[in-house]
Amino acid sequence: MEAFRIVEGTAIPLMEANVDTDVIIPIQRLVGSGREGLGEFAFERRRYLPDRSDNPDFIPNQGPYKGSGILLADENFGCGSSREGAVWALMGMGVRCVIAPSFGDIFFSNCFQNGLLPVRLPIEAIRRIAEQTEESPGNARTTVDLERKVVITPRGETIPFAVDDRKREAMLDGLDDISLTLKQADAIAAWREQDRTERNWAWESVV
Amino acid sequence: MSGTMFDRIWDSHAIADLGEGWSLLYLDRLLVHDLSGGRAMRELAEKGRRVAEPNKVFAVPDHAISSAPGRTEHTYPKGAALLASLRERSKAEGVRIFDIGTPGNGIVHVVGPEQGIVLPGLTLACGDSHTCTNGGMGALAFGIGSSELVHALATQTVPQRRPGTFRIRYEGVRPAGVTAKDMILAAIGRFGAAAGTGMAMEYAGSAVRAMSVEERLTLCNLSIEMGAKTGMVAPDDTTFEYLAGRPFAPKGATWDAALADWRKVPSDPGARFTRDEAIDMAELAPQITWGTSPEMVSDVTGHVPTLEDTVPSRRAGLEAALRYMGLEPGQKIAGTKVDWVFIGSCTNSRLSDLRAAAEVLKGRKKAEHVTAWVVPGSEQVKADAEAEGLHHRFREAGFEWREPGCALCVAANGETVPSGARCVSTSNRNFVGRQGTGARTHLASPAMAAAAALAGAIVDVRSY
Repeated sequence: MEAFRIVEGTAIPLMEANVDTDVIIPIQRLVGSGREGLGEFAFERRRYLPDRSDNPDFIPNQGPYKGSGILLADENFGCGSSREGAVWALMGMGVRCVIAPSFGDIFFSNCFQNGLLPVRLPIEAIRRIAEQTEESPGNARTTVDLERKVVITPRGETIPFAVDDRKREAMLDGLDDISLTLKQADAIAAWREQDRTERNWAWESVV
Repeated sequence: MSGTMFDRIWDSHAIADLGEGWSLLYLDRLLVHDLSGGRAMRELAEKGRRVAEPNKVFAVPDHAISSAPGRTEHTYPKGAALLASLRERSKAEGVRIFDIGTPGNGIVHVVGPEQGIVLPGLTLACGDSHTCTNGGMGALAFGIGSSELVHALATQTVPQRRPGTFRIRYEGVRPAGVTAKDMILAAIGRFGAAAGTGMAMEYAGSAVRAMSVEERLTLCNLSIEMGAKTGMVAPDDTTFEYLAGRPFAPKGATWDAALADWRKVPSDPGARFTRDEAIDMAELAPQITWGTSPEMVSDVTGHVPTLEDTVPSRRAGLEAALRYMGLEPGQKIAGTKVDWVFIGSCTNSRLSDLRAAAEVLKGRKKAEHVTAWVVPGSEQVKADAEAEGLHHRFREAGFEWREPGCALCVAANGETVPSGARCVSTSNRNFVGRQGTGARTHLASPAMAAAAALAGAIVDVRSY
């Protein structure tokens, strides 16, 4: 996982609800492909015109927003399919942080596995960031600081956000879960031993 | 202790408390499919690790496999490479694979219950968001991402944050034409596509108790379309009768021990849920979606909303959805011309779904301009349906009778609905581009889909 501490830039105001992972990355781009090279296919169906040039109506294509690391959205961002390719594609296009009132649960987990920070803020706070950005997109800087757990808006307002310590620490250090879980190997083995006695039917039927 | 079924299963599978609501959960079963299974097992090997408990892992290729009659793995060449990798890794790790064309193959969420792999009170994960389907068996089943899948394969556990609980009680008698699909679509319409975020759903009430297992699977399937972690129905005699004799269900004395445990799974009568809602069955009618989120749904007798019906912050979204769908604000939904009909997917491809669709046909033919597909959910469903002659009835009506798989639901196998074409689909997602670039999807029940094929338009199945 890529470590994450702080990201700064012009926040992209993609203020839409229910942006699903099919829209973020079409499944056809994930059949037989790896994690790399998905950036150019992020939002593919909305991002390009038929001749493959940038669609000027798609906000992330517009001048100061292009290539920015912070994306703003309305509720339920990343809903739908569990495809982790949605996170890889967003990171491939340069996004390191998505700020939304709520997220699809699986997408939210996938973000933390890869170093894309999902930040939950009330919609009013997100609208303020969007408004302050749109006043002067070229100069509007938003900062997301995971160490301090704050978002700093273009006008300098500091908004705290909540994040589980466990996830925050793993992300600050770029640690993955497997090594952490394997420290619990004895506990897992003991649990299994006991379960096998207490719930033999759950084991026997798949031997 | 809140006494819910969900909390009971969670607590009995929590190996360690990781703080802040996180637990390390033991997984009784792990299912993998062709889109991510081979890759996850390869990644595991690259990390120098093995599958922790291969006998609890089942591989079921379904996503990138052609559904064309007479298909082979090479019909869709990009899928053949994924299947080869899944086979090779499964063999190397000692994981059972239900290969295509063999008994036990099908859509992974159809196969799990059908083979008795999923049992009441178990935990189950799969790298697919519709894993929640399996909660219809009274199991705690949820979808995970690919990194979590690698973790699960390596340890047979996964760290998860405990969600809240959300119960929907469906009370009363099901009106004519209303299916499990209509019940869950209506709930998503009422509560919203994000209502279940951070929640585990339990579906209860007299109308759910009266349901078959297959209907419960349909109900739970769309839990993720409400944003929920999972959906569950309490196991009861209907569940136990369904499971008896299935290949991986317990047998003999082991069955008796299992049954004693399963009877303790349901929520206590006084269980407390984070959110509790009731739906009066008498208010429900057949549903059809008109937009690009499952929450954009209406009674089939209804109209597309107008801008005035919609809160200001959602108007741009409404306009974008209607532009994509080629519909006008305020338009009557019934009567909209349809080009395609797809009956299949982990939502609605089981034997009872195919029977319900065939029942509507009554010897009639589909409208000439409609392309209509039936994709049975598994080899078993296909064999059972053919034994009843359902395939003849579909073919006589002008439908294509195809091979099992996810097919047009996720369009990862080279099969797509053409751009601009309108498809009534028994699947679960009407997202932009889901069934192909520019494809317009209307979600509905199998009976509604069959009626749409006959009429060549969206129609109320009750008048068919």
